[in-house]
Amino acid sequence: MKRSLISQVRFTRGCPARRIKQGLGLALLLASSTACMAESSLDVKRQQELTYMLKHDCGSCHGMTLKGGLGPSLLPNTLSSKGHNIESLSLIIRYGKPGTAMPPWGPVLAEEDIRWIATQLLETN
Amino acid sequence: MNRRIFLKSTLASAALLSVQGCNSLASQPAKQEYWMPTGDLGIVIERADGKVALVNTSSREKLAEIEGLGDLSHASAVFSRNERFAYVFGRDGGLTKVDLITRSIDRRVVQSGNSIGGAISQDGKLVAVSNYTPGGVQVFDSETLAPVLDLPAVGKDGQASKTVGLVDAPGQRFVFSLFDSGEIWLVDFSAAEPKVTRYQDIGKQPYDALITPDGRYYIAGLFGEDGLALLDLWHPEKGVRRILPGYGRGQQRLPVYKMPHLEGWAIAGNKAFIPAVGRHEVLVVDTNTWTEIDRIKVHSQPVFVMSSPDGRQIWVNFAFPENKHLQVIDSDNHRHIQHLEPGEGVLHMEFTPRGEAVWVSVRNNNEVQVFDTQDFSKLATLSIDSPSGIFFTARAHRIGL
Ligand code: HEC
Repeated sequence: MKRSLISQVRFTRGCPARRIKQGLGLALLLASSTACMAESSLDVKRQQELTYMLKHDCGSCHGMTLKGGLGPSLLPNTLSSKGHNIESLSLIIRYGKPGTAMPPWGPVLAEEDIRWIATQLLETN
Repeated sequence: MNRRIFLKSTLASAALLSVQGCNSLASQPAKQEYWMPTGDLGIVIERADGKVALVNTSSREKLAEIEGLGDLSHASAVFSRNERFAYVFGRDGGLTKVDLITRSIDRRVVQSGNSIGGAISQDGKLVAVSNYTPGGVQVFDSETLAPVLDLPAVGKDGQASKTVGLVDAPGQRFVFSLFDSGEIWLVDFSAAEPKVTRYQDIGKQPYDALITPDGRYYIAGLFGEDGLALLDLWHPEKGVRRILPGYGRGQQRLPVYKMPHLEGWAIAGNKAFIPAVGRHEVLVVDTNTWTEIDRIKVHSQPVFVMSSPDGRQIWVNFAFPENKHLQVIDSDNHRHIQHLEPGEGVLHMEFTPRGEAVWVSVRNNNEVQVFDTQDFSKLATLSIDSPSGIFFTARAHRIGL
């Protein structure tokens, strides 16, 4: 009883890739994947962690306010003027840019985290 | 006495002294309050809020906070040679001269762009700032912060380059590297007209550099290839040579989530300890032959590799996501002697002038922790917001810092 309640909570708030890390089953993963893509279902705590990370860890190369540093500016205007969208940004964040200092974040971030960051980059700051 | 009153009375007596000044030169000792020594002071960059904390390394306390320094991500600082002023280089292109005695901003200029670091000249009269955008180096008068020279770093490729690894060198010179075009430039201010010597094709993407404590060798780390570039400033005519070429032995690099730093004292005795890029190793180099003598496995991608002032210990911190760790290595036998976990976001370390203690920024905890370098016990914890770089005034008298 208790166990299913927890899965229920995770079903609505968690995300496939994160859930793999949390060690839950594949069936659940497939069932929830479409819902997850549509709107961010990261919990507030994770969103805060990622916001912090964007500011400090991406910020160590892109500037804490993302105005640019060793890496280019990641402000929404700059990114849109280069024709970026959520897909293109997610790809770059996930795989990095080989041959440059932009590292691949796939090994440390789940796909849902990456898409959430990509969305943030286009919207805020 | 309350600190504020103390400060006021000190300023008043300072004013008094300058009025009476001329006829009593050297005959009367100054009032004790007026001395206000700064030799055991330092600043800690409070990264998120545009503030610096003024700290005392003897009493291990935070004395004051000085606000209004702009965007301080990746900020660094140098000190005037009288150890009264700190020059803080901020990300927004701001250069702020902070007075450690009055605990306030003496003056501040915002030059165009996006600065990354700076240096103070051998005679203490010039402050140079290096920039990402637009690339280049700007030089200011250390007294007034009036501009002295604007040196755009247009590389061999005809493009403005980001500049990194700016240091001062003996002979009233500055040295820096061009990230995008792979060059090292040497600027000589000893004559009336500054003279620039350009070294091209030094290697791909120099990301930071250090100068040995004696001011002789300038070494730039390369990001775009395995290896380092070395310039012997005693023999600049011999040009730049590559050292440790291909130290990765062709193996696939691991992702680098934060650029390593070379600034600091990574030289211990006749060895240099240098972070490898994309490998979880510290490279040990013989400074007589500039060849590799050893490589030390470490916990993750090293960021700062710093030696204690006596050269006996090497302290190493790490890039995201392993930045809660600190490792200490014996410089003699290259063995690990300590592994600490001060908390998430260990960003920087600074030794006290003679190295009995080391101060460590632990960003996510909003703490600076002070460790004893003999038994590794924690001596103090200071609460400081989002701390990053720690800079003590003893740097004023070290070449390259
Ligand atoms: C170690 C330095 C470094 C870190 C850390 C870093 N980046 Fe980058 N990033 C770069 C560099 C350099 C480039 C430019 C690559 C090139 O030359 O095309 C870049 C490019 C990008 C681009 C493409 C921008 C464009 O104009 O097309 C995006 C998006 C991006 N980074 C996002 C991020 C995010 C999100 C993070 C944190 C999760 C991050 N980066 C962390 C160095 C870094």
